[in-house]
Amino acid sequence: MEVDLDNFKATELTLSLPGSDAPRKPSQVTGKRSHEESCNSEQSSTVPPAKAQAVGWPPVRSCRTNSFRARKNMEITAEKEKSSNGGIYVKVSMDGAPYLRKLDLRLCKGYKDLTHALNSMFECFSPGSLEGHGDECGFAITYEDKDGDWMLAGDVPWEMFISSCKKLRIMKGFEARGLASRT
Amino acid sequence: MIEAAEPENSREWSDPEVHEGRLGPIFEDFAFFFSRVLVLFCPQSAVDLRSFACEAGAAGNSCIKDLSLGCVLFVVPVLTKLEVESKVREKNFRCCGAMTYFPDEVVEHIFDFLSSHRDRNNVSTVCKAWYLVEQLSRLRVFVGNCYAVRPERVMARFPGMKCLTVKGKPHFADFNLVPHDWGGDALPWIETAARCCPGLEELRLKRMVVSDESLELLARAFPNFKSLVLISCEGFSTDGLAEIATHCRGLRELDLQENEVEDHGRQWLSCFPDSCTSLVSLNFACLKGEVNTSALERLVARCQNLRCLKLNRAISIESLIKILARAPNLVELGTGSFTADHRTEAYQNLLNAFYKCNSIRNLSGFWDAAPRYLQAIYSICSSLTVLNLSYAPAIQVNDLIKMIRHCFKLQKLWVLDSIGDKGLAAVACACKELQELRVFPSDVYGTGIAAVTEEGLVAISSGCPKLNSLLYFCHQMTNAALITVAKNCPHFTRFRLCILDPVKPDPISNEPLDEGFGAIVKSCKDLKRLSLSGLLTDKVFLYIGMYASRLEMLSIAFAGESDKGMVYVLNGCKNLKKLEIRDSPFGDAALLENVGKYETMRSLWMSSCDVTQGGCKALAAKMPRLNVEVINEREESDEMVENPSDMHRVEKMYVYRTLTGPRDDAPDFVWTF
Repeated sequence: MEVDLDNFKATELTLSLPGSDAPRKPSQVTGKRSHEESCNSEQSSTVPPAKAQAVGWPPVRSCRTNSFRARKNMEITAEKEKSSNGGIYVKVSMDGAPYLRKLDLRLCKGYKDLTHALNSMFECFSPGSLEGHGDECGFAITYEDKDGDWMLAGDVPWEMFISSCKKLRIMKGFEARGLASRT
Repeated sequence: MIEAAEPENSREWSDPEVHEGRLGPIFEDFAFFFSRVLVLFCPQSAVDLRSFACEAGAAGNSCIKDLSLGCVLFVVPVLTKLEVESKVREKNFRCCGAMTYFPDEVVEHIFDFLSSHRDRNNVSTVCKAWYLVEQLSRLRVFVGNCYAVRPERVMARFPGMKCLTVKGKPHFADFNLVPHDWGGDALPWIETAARCCPGLEELRLKRMVVSDESLELLARAFPNFKSLVLISCEGFSTDGLAEIATHCRGLRELDLQENEVEDHGRQWLSCFPDSCTSLVSLNFACLKGEVNTSALERLVARCQNLRCLKLNRAISIESLIKILARAPNLVELGTGSFTADHRTEAYQNLLNAFYKCNSIRNLSGFWDAAPRYLQAIYSICSSLTVLNLSYAPAIQVNDLIKMIRHCFKLQKLWVLDSIGDKGLAAVACACKELQELRVFPSDVYGTGIAAVTEEGLVAISSGCPKLNSLLYFCHQMTNAALITVAKNCPHFTRFRLCILDPVKPDPISNEPLDEGFGAIVKSCKDLKRLSLSGLLTDKVFLYIGMYASRLEMLSIAFAGESDKGMVYVLNGCKNLKKLEIRDSPFGDAALLENVGKYETMRSLWMSSCDVTQGGCKALAAKMPRLNVEVINEREESDEMVENPSDMHRVEKMYVYRTLTGPRDDAPDFVWTF
């Protein structure tokens, strides 16, 4: 039985990010582990970069984490259900527009849908389209999250976005320069 | 002179696991002493002997008994044979260590005073006569690793066994580091006991796989069965519990702690027959499903000796009130959810119910506690010794503080880190008797809002001088804080610190936490268990090896810089029994530096370290009485056997001493070298 050593390395289970391939020589003493190196080797590739978690860390029994996860899910569902008919209506403002709109995030299936919806809502105020990249476009879709911070839309998975989005703001002009909304 | 006879087959009776002490030589002398225990048997005045015992280091562990023969017996822990010999000569005691001239019944009577299994293991290595007496009289048997020795062997040696404790999976299984079907099946133990020790009365299992079939066998095979304690086990359902309830006549205790139990319905509780009135302790807090509350109320009513009752989350306040009315003599209570289905008179009824329960000393539960109901327990707070609020995230810190102020007798407190440093300061003011504190993280996946920091810990250490056991999850720790804690609380026996960011340095000085932990091990001479976290270099291990001479269990994660760290520990900590390491840069050189050490320990776990397959093979070759297990979780594990990749790093390795050789129930992904 032959083993393809190249493939083997590629499919080997480690806790480092895919591609961060520091070959580990077992008999050598590698010296002091730098802070960054040790952090990187603990990142699991399936977890969003914002929250790197090693398996089994922190060392808390699953019966505890399960009850907290269950509670957190309950809280999220409760919040979602607060909005009528299960819809999530958020205020949308666009710089320069005389009034705001309300948009049901549940009607959109993803960021592309969101961009389309915003486009159709505000096209009367702006001849240009929201789609497109670069400085010529001059628009950026931003949102206010639970903590009150203004974030660029598109970084986090859609489900996470709609559960934390409180308000939308379409930035344009010089503030939006250099920012391209990622869809 | 007494001849201490050498047993014919020394290997046969020096079971390393059951002894937990030495695989060692026999002392022959007129006073029988061995490394841990001195037995002096002299017809002298009790006063002289007591003072001698104190001088010989008797603090706390001696037991003195006037035997009807007009002599006084001591069992005293001593450090060395030579020290004692010289004291004996100095005081001119006539020690007629004629223990073996006395009939076995006398010797057995003396052994009755030895309750610790370690002491019993030690006396049984003195000579064959003592071995034989001890084996026939041992009632409580402890097996720390189910794979270290076969059940048949244990039960052949201790035919009078009444209580058996067995532990299975390694500790890191609690954190999902051990694959589900690794092993630890309880069935062989129960089957063998059914054949060899049908008089079994108590069974305690920890981290084992217990099937419904095992529980059914247990329920039917032991007519005198009284007590079942399952901790962190899995593999069974409420059907198995139904069997226990149905068939164990005279059951006194059913204690289920943090097990994974499949819910097959609520009727298991109704299976306790009407004739069952013997229950003293019932804990089903870990069950997720509903139970038949009216059956429960009837059960509680007819079991007048019930002193410990821990309900699960499915029990509401209304049910709790009815239960408390029927069991006013409870000493330990797990409250269930502590919310009401209907708002009405629950509060007043609850208050009345608790008023009548003046024996309660231990409280837990409160899963969904609403603040207004919490006030109902203020009347009993002042007599509480144990309070577990670690499953109660709904309790806000201000309500917690109001409650804690009443708990001035509290000895053990388990809380969530939402208590904050402010709450811990309140605990430090109020709970002067506190011995054990556990602070669990409430927001494991969350935004990292600092709930407790080093300040809380320092406050506790200065307010609670009796503190000896700590489990503390926090966001940061400083060396200065640890040094202060070490000074304030030199009596720690268990010190487990978990900084949530695993390699975080001291945030003020930006240094590793070596000095802080060093201070802890230096100051706490009785430290038995230590868990490290934060940024740590090899230096902390140097300190541990130097100072932690009583350390028995050490947990290491994301720490150290080189093999030297692990070697310091292996060479230094002479009482080390369990070493578990993850994500640390220790490799083959460290693993193979002191191979004899592993036979003095129960087990070694290393995962995500730098140990290679070659290193494991080398260890296994040198030490045939160890099982060196490598856990490979991948599909093509078959190919690996042929594959000469000794340089390949091993992801998970578990090494333990054993008399049985490689186990025959190992799954495909576990290789024993």
